[in-house]
Amino acid sequence: MHKIEAIIQPSKLDAVKDALVEIGIEGMTILEARGHGRQKGHTEFYRGREYTVDLLPKVKLEIVVADELVEKAEQAILSSARTGKIGDGKIFRSRIDEAIRIRNDERGPSAL
Amino acid sequence: MRRYIVTSLMVLTLCCSPIVLAQTSAVQPPADRISKLESAVAQAQSSADNAWMLTSAALVLMMTGPGLALFYGGLVRKKNVLATMMQSFAMMAIISVLWALLNYSLAFGPGTSIIGGLHNVFLRGVGLTPDPDYAATIPLQTFMIYQLMFAIITPALVTGAFAERMKFSAMAAFLTLWSIVVYSPMAHMVWGKGGLLNASLGGRFPCLDFAGGTVVHVTSGVSALMCALYLGKRLGYPKEPTPPHSVVLSFIGACLLWVGWFGFNAGSALGSGPLATSAFVNTHFGAAAAALSWALAEWIRNGKPSALGGISGCVAGLVAITPAAGFVQPLSAIVIGLIAGVCCFFMVIKVKSWFGYDDSLDAFGVHGAGGTIGAILTGIFASNLINPIFKDPKTGAALPSGAIQGNWGQVGNQLVGVAIAWVISIVGTLILLKIVDVTIGLRVSPEDEVEGLDLTQHGEEGYDFAS
Repeated sequence: MHKIEAIIQPSKLDAVKDALVEIGIEGMTILEARGHGRQKGHTEFYRGREYTVDLLPKVKLEIVVADELVEKAEQAILSSARTGKIGDGKIFRSRIDEAIRIRNDERGPSAL
Repeated sequence: MRRYIVTSLMVLTLCCSPIVLAQTSAVQPPADRISKLESAVAQAQSSADNAWMLTSAALVLMMTGPGLALFYGGLVRKKNVLATMMQSFAMMAIISVLWALLNYSLAFGPGTSIIGGLHNVFLRGVGLTPDPDYAATIPLQTFMIYQLMFAIITPALVTGAFAERMKFSAMAAFLTLWSIVVYSPMAHMVWGKGGLLNASLGGRFPCLDFAGGTVVHVTSGVSALMCALYLGKRLGYPKEPTPPHSVVLSFIGACLLWVGWFGFNAGSALGSGPLATSAFVNTHFGAAAAALSWALAEWIRNGKPSALGGISGCVAGLVAITPAAGFVQPLSAIVIGLIAGVCCFFMVIKVKSWFGYDDSLDAFGVHGAGGTIGAILTGIFASNLINPIFKDPKTGAALPSGAIQGNWGQVGNQLVGVAIAWVISIVGTLILLKIVDVTIGLRVSPEDEVEGLDLTQHGEEGYDFAS
């Protein structure tokens, strides 16, 4: 089992969710985040004082998938979240040791 | 058929009744009837005036709570929102009680040309009959409660200077003393019986201040500057950004201020007649014109007109038109607004950073500067066509009011009023700050300032969206 963490533009969330559901991935966790990579922020003006806002709103999506689905899931995210511009985001993949369903103690890939 | 008979009988009875009545009661003599009519007319005038004045008093209170509370609250960081609003609310509570116990007497009781005496403490003598010197058609208590709302908002304005770093206890102590030492004498001089600057009751330097440009805005603004200088800057200012946490709240507050200001200015006519209309109209045009000129200035300078700039402009215009509201013509009000918007914009954008003081919410830039500008422009634009405040003592004919009618001396009198306001504010504020600093201590500790005043001063959080 692998965990896929994707940091994406908030405006792309719906497209990514739909793409993942389409390939059979139903469980996901969405977090509202702020951050930046190489993307610069913007300046705001309040009563003549200039503020540089460099922590930009992002969405972080976390899914844990069976090994067979990892490539397909990553491809789905890449194609639905990409705009080609700086600020598109990143995907991180890591290994997961165990998954447990709280309701009935089911373990392993069938708990996903 | 039956209905026709009934109707005819009723008409017949009605026609006969005057004959019947005339035979049973005597007709009243004309003199009695005229005096009854006269008192009925006076009652009607009184009712109209009192209705408007009570409404105005409510509008002015609304300016403090929630108008100013929201306006200031939105401009500070989230961790200080409640503390900031609480400062305005505290004034609503403290100043009200103090007004009844002492300050009304100091401001409006008979005394010297600088301060009233103790004649009206505990509201002694302040009943429901009018005082003809102040407002001949409304109960004196209406006048008293209306003036109280001004006494509340003035210290509340000062809180803008020391936002986010003053102890609640110190603020309460300082502003309580300030209302006695600075506000009451200034109110007495401009509006009280025998006041040095009172234009309608024969003051030595008649200063035209319709609704409190000097009494409210210059005093609060200049005192705010003194507070900002004495207390020092917030931690991290100016390097660390402190943007408003909710311009939405400030927007709502500013609009409540605009509407409430109709009570502030038009209510200062102390009646419901045409003078109230003039003040109402001028207030509105002053606000609108200043919002425009600030927004335009910002658009030109920064490339975008901000919402915060728009509402700041409208407040600046309202401040500037305050002394002029019942003295100028509507087009003059527009000119005053245009000037105030641009000047206060530059005060806040440029002058503040030149001198480097941390007037957190621009109490001086908007109220101190706007009030000073407005007071001077009043001397220029005042017209006896709107308000014949100066009359020839022998003939009763109206004398020229302001410079546009040839009375350039009035600008001099305005400057005297403004100068007195500046001096009393500077001296009074610095002395009181020192006293409170030495006894209670003014600033919160640096740790408390970082954690935020809501938690450290009030044990509360403004927003808890997680719950």
